[in-house]
Amino acid sequence: MSAALSDGPTDAPTVVPVKADSDVVRVRQFVRDVALAARLSLVDQTKLVTAASELARNTLVYGGGGEAAVRVVQRGAVTGVEVVFTDSGPGIADVDLALTDGWTSGSGLGLGLSGTKRLVDEFDLKTAPGAGTSVTIVKWKR
Amino acid sequence: MERIPILQIGDMLLVSIQVDLQDHTAVMLQDDLSNRIVETGAKGVLIDISALEIVDSFIGRMISTTAAVSRVLDAETVVVGMQPAVAITLVELGLTLTGVRTALDVDRGIRLLRRSVEVPIGRGDVTSDERRLE
Repeated sequence: MSAALSDGPTDAPTVVPVKADSDVVRVRQFVRDVALAARLSLVDQTKLVTAASELARNTLVYGGGGEAAVRVVQRGAVTGVEVVFTDSGPGIADVDLALTDGWTSGSGLGLGLSGTKRLVDEFDLKTAPGAGTSVTIVKWKR
Repeated sequence: MERIPILQIGDMLLVSIQVDLQDHTAVMLQDDLSNRIVETGAKGVLIDISALEIVDSFIGRMISTTAAVSRVLDAETVVVGMQPAVAITLVELGLTLTGVRTALDVDRGIRLLRRSVEVPIGRGDVTSDERRLE
């Protein structure tokens, strides 16, 4: 599904490792820079960066670390910013449950995935028990 | 390791977060603040987040917990300076910082704290300004 999120020429993604606490901040800063360059509005930048922060933390805490790939994407005349978070952790057994508001597997507020989904325009979750997790998000320029 | 400074002004503690908060820095701030409230007997805590470009669920939870812990330690917390884009994002994310008092800027925050220290919440609706007029 993620291939269909974008149909135009795109830049090669820049990969930011997510291995430590400080990397979550680095992902935020890098996504902010790319969103700024793609000329997203301040509110949209803030939503995308916040979503990226949530997912980077998930990658670190639940996925045992991984990476974030950030790039500018095109769909027709519309520009957007895509971030793909990948880990090779335990995966998520029940995706529908994980996307339910209020559900949490740990010490979180249960806003993680469902709240994050509301902040972005595209949200694609690929996971299976034992097979890791990959989450793709896109915010389009309005 | 980064540490957020806590300033004491009279019976208030002032924290201005000027860095992009790492999770452990946020946790450390929460611990430091609780300790300083007990050490100083501060009645109010002002947290300035005007330099924060995002507040995600972790930082939001840190703010809520800090306010709750302060209250248990007999101090009121006011969070000031949230950027509009941050407020919009927080609400959409589903975080409303229930139980956290907010003010638009440091000046208003200090006034709010002064009032609540003089007239603790739950002990009448008379504000300090009104009392002065009487």
